[in-house]
Amino acid sequence: MVEFSNSPDLLKGPDSMDSSQQVLRLEQRNDDIENIEIILLLEGVYLHYGFDFRHYAPASLKRRIWHCVREEKLNSISALQEKLLYNPACMERFLLILSINVTALFRDVGFYRVFREKIIPRLRTYPFIRIWHAGCSSGEEVYSLAILLQEEGLYDRSRLYATDMNEVILARARDGIYPLEKMLAYEKNYRNAGGKSDLTDYYTAQYGRAIFHGSLKKNIVWSQHNLVTDGSFNEFHVILCRNVLIYFDQSLQARVHKLLYDSLITFGMLGLGQMESIRFSPYETNYEAMDSLEKWYSKIR
Amino acid sequence: MQFIGIGTSLGGTQALKIVLPLLPPTFPATIVLVFHRASDTSIVLPRFLKQHCRMPVEEAQDKTLIRRGRLYFAPADYHLLVEGNHFALTTEAEVSYARPSIDVLFESAAEVYGKDMTGIILTGAGQDGARGCIAIKRSGGLTIIQSPETAQCSSMPTAALASHAADIVLDVKNIVPFLLELQNSKGSNKCN
Repeated sequence: MVEFSNSPDLLKGPDSMDSSQQVLRLEQRNDDIENIEIILLLEGVYLHYGFDFRHYAPASLKRRIWHCVREEKLNSISALQEKLLYNPACMERFLLILSINVTALFRDVGFYRVFREKIIPRLRTYPFIRIWHAGCSSGEEVYSLAILLQEEGLYDRSRLYATDMNEVILARARDGIYPLEKMLAYEKNYRNAGGKSDLTDYYTAQYGRAIFHGSLKKNIVWSQHNLVTDGSFNEFHVILCRNVLIYFDQSLQARVHKLLYDSLITFGMLGLGQMESIRFSPYETNYEAMDSLEKWYSKIR
Repeated sequence: MQFIGIGTSLGGTQALKIVLPLLPPTFPATIVLVFHRASDTSIVLPRFLKQHCRMPVEEAQDKTLIRRGRLYFAPADYHLLVEGNHFALTTEAEVSYARPSIDVLFESAAEVYGKDMTGIILTGAGQDGARGCIAIKRSGGLTIIQSPETAQCSSMPTAALASHAADIVLDVKNIVPFLLELQNSKGSNKCN
């Protein structure tokens, strides 16, 4: 059925052309089916569980869906769809795979140095400070902020709202218990970020774990919030949303940027991930860069 | 040959010092480099690339538009993917013990560029890139491997060869001349 004349601009020899072209066509068709399967799976998950991944950035989303297919020992995305719909425990595992939870205390030290040097002085001018960390994952960066605020004498008049879409991860964050061996690497981050005492002052070491002190937790409010489906819930002086937007496609990014913009007071400050930018967003002109390298912006209009 | 991916790790600076200066400043393709390195050396690579490459050099950020005639590089500690007409980044787990991973870039780019994709594996430790080369071949693209004898660390080229997805094995200094020749022959084909 498939016929090919020996077209002269093809580099490959004529011997393998027919079969290789046919294979290509078949794979093209399989790619189309795969895309249909992904659309159906995301639609099903949204209708049944309310989690909306339909506007996640497709390339990495596809990788993670296949990762989940393999983890569940299945052979196709359609099979995963069935299991997800009938098996809530599978959905929970799926959520863990889809929410990337790579984080660290004082992740990207320069970002926290700028927080201390440029954000803190402005926060001092407010009698009460509200900070929202959107997509806080397992909480390491929330505790980093809390430590900084405490060292600068602002913690007692601050409230930190830490949200994530994933309840399991949020529970871990609330506990504030981390492997002790990681603290050694974090100690270095803390120093390089301009830490004023010892990281060990803020936690108790016990059975190979580091448990953050209650004094660090008392002004943190942990709550489930989904940037895709939930709205604004307060006005903030500072919002952190780091390495969350990279997982969204451009239309969803625009929507979330609106949510962040609406949730900031005028002259409120927004901190993004190191490789993220306000540049391609519809709100670009509403912000002024406070530090374009470390991705700190201030809402000016 | 619209999109050329280059993957390297150990020994990469030596190999790139040979490859990059041979590229003309107006090379008419997109080149994307994945270089395994420690995340705290992120400042050094841009300077190194600008020093040795005459094409415009740019770090790929989230949703950066992919343009021809530029060399992009993957930021430290992020996977770099191609998604339609722009780049995408993720911080998910390491793939083939690496982040950025060559496999991740090659697999996603092969899907978008198909036969217009070329993948190049240079010196390096580990096996990252081998699966990416298989994906490129499956989509009809071209793969070039630095000959293991000329590689400072041969395991990455060797792994790519073992995957049976290598089209051409070249001495590192012959890679760019080969690309230029390919570009010229394509150009003259179009005139016919």
